[in-house]
Amino acid sequence: MKKIISYLSLLLVITGLTSLNACAGDSLKIATKTGVAADADNAGLKLPAGFSAVKVADNLGHVRHIAVTAKGDLYAKIMGRVAAGKAILRLRDTNDDGKFEQITGLGNYGGTGIAIKNGYLYASSDEEVFRYKLNDKGEVIDPVQAEKIITGLKKGNQHETKSVTLDNAGNIYVNIGAYSNSCQEQDRTPGSKGRMPCPILDSAGGIWQFKADKLNQTYGDGVRYATGLRNVVGLDWNTQTNQLYVMQHGRDQLHDLFPALYDNQSSADLPAETMYALNKGDNAGWPYVYYDPFQHKKIVNPEYGGDGKKEGSKDFKEPAMAFPAHLAPNGLLFYTGNMFPAKYKNGAFIAFHGSWNRAPLPQEGYYVAFVPFENGNPTGKWEIFANGFSGMEVVTGTRGAAHRPCGLAQGPDGSLYVSDDVKGTIYRIIYNGK
Amino acid sequence: MKKLIGSSVLIIGLMGFQTITKKQASTKSKPAAISPAMLQASIERGKQVYLQVCLACHQVDGGGVPHMNAPLDGATAVVGKDKSKLIRIVLKGMTDRVEIDGEFYSNNMAPHSDLSDQQIADVLTYVRNSWTNKASHVTPAEVKRVRATIK
Repeated sequence: MKKIISYLSLLLVITGLTSLNACAGDSLKIATKTGVAADADNAGLKLPAGFSAVKVADNLGHVRHIAVTAKGDLYAKIMGRVAAGKAILRLRDTNDDGKFEQITGLGNYGGTGIAIKNGYLYASSDEEVFRYKLNDKGEVIDPVQAEKIITGLKKGNQHETKSVTLDNAGNIYVNIGAYSNSCQEQDRTPGSKGRMPCPILDSAGGIWQFKADKLNQTYGDGVRYATGLRNVVGLDWNTQTNQLYVMQHGRDQLHDLFPALYDNQSSADLPAETMYALNKGDNAGWPYVYYDPFQHKKIVNPEYGGDGKKEGSKDFKEPAMAFPAHLAPNGLLFYTGNMFPAKYKNGAFIAFHGSWNRAPLPQEGYYVAFVPFENGNPTGKWEIFANGFSGMEVVTGTRGAAHRPCGLAQGPDGSLYVSDDVKGTIYRIIYNGK
Repeated sequence: MKKLIGSSVLIIGLMGFQTITKKQASTKSKPAAISPAMLQASIERGKQVYLQVCLACHQVDGGGVPHMNAPLDGATAVVGKDKSKLIRIVLKGMTDRVEIDGEFYSNNMAPHSDLSDQQIADVLTYVRNSWTNKASHVTPAEVKRVRATIK
């Protein structure tokens, strides 16, 4: 009996501890929600009422995509030439001030893609995808021995980055961008015809699906999940509808290449940057068509005999949403957190890196946009959520932009993190409104 | 002693200054002499070519696009002595991934051999003398020489 009692009391103690833990967790959350001191200038950003921002890290290099662990550490993937052991940075808030003081690194390959799923950290170079086992604190257990899960992916001189996202069924999705603008015989050369059929599509210009846990997979082991996508950088798995969403970078240079058909204005306004809700086997139509957001039609590309009006095949995928041309969507995140108002729940945040191909007209983008969603469908117009990254009223030359939003991640408390790949600034956007 | 150091710094400084002016003079004397008015006219004509052909990618500020289109403003390769390399890029285009001042640029550039020797000379003279750039002009004869080496 005594034994039973002591067991019972032990149980009680444990329960007590657990609930105490939960309380501590909750109060920590609340503390974070209201306790993080926003920067006086909101880190230079313009945000909707009730939101504020903190610059939580700076000067990290060319930070591309980011991922946050359940404990709140942030992993950042660095692009370009990186010092050994600095390709992936882990940022940790050691003194609970909401900013990251401790930076450690691993890996020696530049790249863009990073994701956390089921106790693993996934990261990509421009040709391969690796994964690392995480411990229960979200730390990489063996930073040196990466598991190479995908290898030998096509990498050209453009659209070479490999973004990744994972579903809930053990699959990883990798963008393999087309190493071409519009599959011309001579890339980006005025008047050059489109190649028919476009040979690039066999190994690029689409999303490939691989197993998340199998080593050394390459084309033969994966599935071309969707094709006809020129280049995707921002992509996310929508857990509400169990569907892959991607943001395509539309083609460039309609005026430069076909001046008789497109003037500077139409070239700056066409084609739309498009979001697709993909199913296996979908074809979004690149390089044969582009999406015209004014005619609401898939128009045949001039390289393939188009004249700006001729409609392409109806079989090509209809976009879920169209955005202004050339904004360069580099990050997509479906918000599932509880910090932001109800309107934002399940909606899509999109980091628009900012245009270059609108010249000589002023450039556009360089902001994070928001689209309200319900059950996988947009329920309203898109709006600018966070602006001011460029530090300029009007961006005329792309290099002049101080910051360019690229990656998005959601913190365990519902904060939205945005990365900048110019100076390597990490922004944390919080909601303090009622 | 202090005075000695001061004057030697001055001397070294002056020497450096002299070398620089000499260097500039030698680069400038290479192509046929050009009057300031002729130089200005070439720059003006070159600007028109730039606006039409180059601006979309290299941007109005000559800054290019990070990681994609090479910058022209402040790029050592653009204001350097090797003008034939620049001429060759305009004529043949570029499909290499190049490193310029520590960053990689990899977008494809179309060949522009349809431009005349004069147009290429003008646009390169404009590029080498715009924004923060200040370098010697390019002549049609120099373009012609390079064009002859290209099939």
